[in-house]
Amino acid sequence: MNNFNYTKAESIDQAVSAVATQSEGQFIAGGTNLIDLWKYDLTHPEMLVDLNGLSELKAISELPDGGLRLGALVSNNATAYHPLVQERYPLLSRTILAGATAQIRNSATNGGNLLQRTRCYYFYDAASPCNKRNPGSGCPAITGHNRLHAILGESEHCIAVYPSDMSVALAALEATVRVTGPEGAREIPIADFHRLPGAEPARDNTLGAGELITSIDLPSTGFADHHSYLKLRDRNSYAFALVSVATGLEIEGGRIRNARIALGGVAHKPWRVPAAEAILVDKAPTPEAFAEAADLLLAGATGYGHNDFKIELARRAIIRNGMMALDPSTQRPGAQPSL
Amino acid sequence: MPKPVTIRDNPSSHHITLQVNGLETTLRVPPWVSLLDALRDHLDLTGTKKGCDHGQCGACTVICDGDRILSCLTLAVMKDGARVTTIEGIGTEDRLHPLQQAFIDYDAFQCGYCTPGQICSGVAMLDAGHGESREEVKDLMSGNLCRCGANTNIIDAIMAVKEGKYE
Repeated sequence: MNNFNYTKAESIDQAVSAVATQSEGQFIAGGTNLIDLWKYDLTHPEMLVDLNGLSELKAISELPDGGLRLGALVSNNATAYHPLVQERYPLLSRTILAGATAQIRNSATNGGNLLQRTRCYYFYDAASPCNKRNPGSGCPAITGHNRLHAILGESEHCIAVYPSDMSVALAALEATVRVTGPEGAREIPIADFHRLPGAEPARDNTLGAGELITSIDLPSTGFADHHSYLKLRDRNSYAFALVSVATGLEIEGGRIRNARIALGGVAHKPWRVPAAEAILVDKAPTPEAFAEAADLLLAGATGYGHNDFKIELARRAIIRNGMMALDPSTQRPGAQPSL
Repeated sequence: MPKPVTIRDNPSSHHITLQVNGLETTLRVPPWVSLLDALRDHLDLTGTKKGCDHGQCGACTVICDGDRILSCLTLAVMKDGARVTTIEGIGTEDRLHPLQQAFIDYDAFQCGYCTPGQICSGVAMLDAGHGESREEVKDLMSGNLCRCGANTNIIDAIMAVKEGKYE
């Protein structure tokens, strides 16, 4: 645990330039992940640039196209309980409330949620080799304890999973991440924001150096009538997902017109397969139809021993959550499965 | 890595002002001091407990600008200007907060170490109006662990206040 300097940013530009000019400068917003990583000696900031004074990042506002802009500094809880989010994006609200605890959600921000690091046991143990933390040192998870680990999209260098619940709903909703950096502002579709580990597992996402998330924009389609988030974990609250599924459906005349399915807890990013969604279109929403989608979503899934069970668990979760999405009113708080 | 330094006299310290339990308090802290350590070590408010210091147990829960947060995962400098309520600011010796009385009546603690965090957490949840059912209250209180296993009684105490038995 090292000492560090601290400054409060007074504008987005000042924040970006403060981090860009410091070799070990980092933004801090809620701090719930960063301070924990620092205490475990896994990150060593020299300068923390506090974003909490940037009031322009603290609003939730309607967009002209019918969408909603979630400011990067709005807390996870304030987002989940916001009337417009609850009314138009209940899938997102429910998904956020399935993560962490009330205390953490009150501090944790929307931007920070996207940037949380994996909870791989070896990544969190500073004494272990880990290609994500110390590139080239190896991945003990591949042959070690890997109950939490990836079954899809992993590489020979890293089988860690990305832990966010919120991002799984954002993937299903096809959100856009807006960022500002030393080179200016740009927009990143959520599908391109997180990345697979490949040969560079140290990189969780596609943000450039010094780039700051300013908002997460939701498109107008919110799947408010038919959606569900099913999170399966070792205990019913305050645990990361073994497998989670966010499903959004548009149904007309008993047939699926539009479907989104995103998986959490199975890969280095929220997992979507467009063909699995396309195959549902014009079908009746039945367990058999969702089973076909599950086969496409899980094609090529590989277990590493302790996590072999995830492949069948994910298949069943996709089917079950598809049926749960038909009637969101039957779902219980905290996105626990209905018994 | 920077050299070790004493807590109170450090050139990188920042002056901050907190409104703690209704009293405006100015203190000088290095940036790496958590809100929890500032409360306990700088302000001698030792009611707030350090359990895991990693955001897993909830013993350090305080109410900051109306929201329950984990003081161990918050830097004191980040809360310059904030209103902080700790267990010392909830109820008085003569007039307990209804939830404190309910904890006594429902036998909602044994060793007591998690209790300040449980009560701050419960008070903030009740004030926010969250938790429509017992099941939801259990979920919303899951950030406060009780290793003595008094959880059932803790939820009973909260539900009693929620149901208006202490009005």
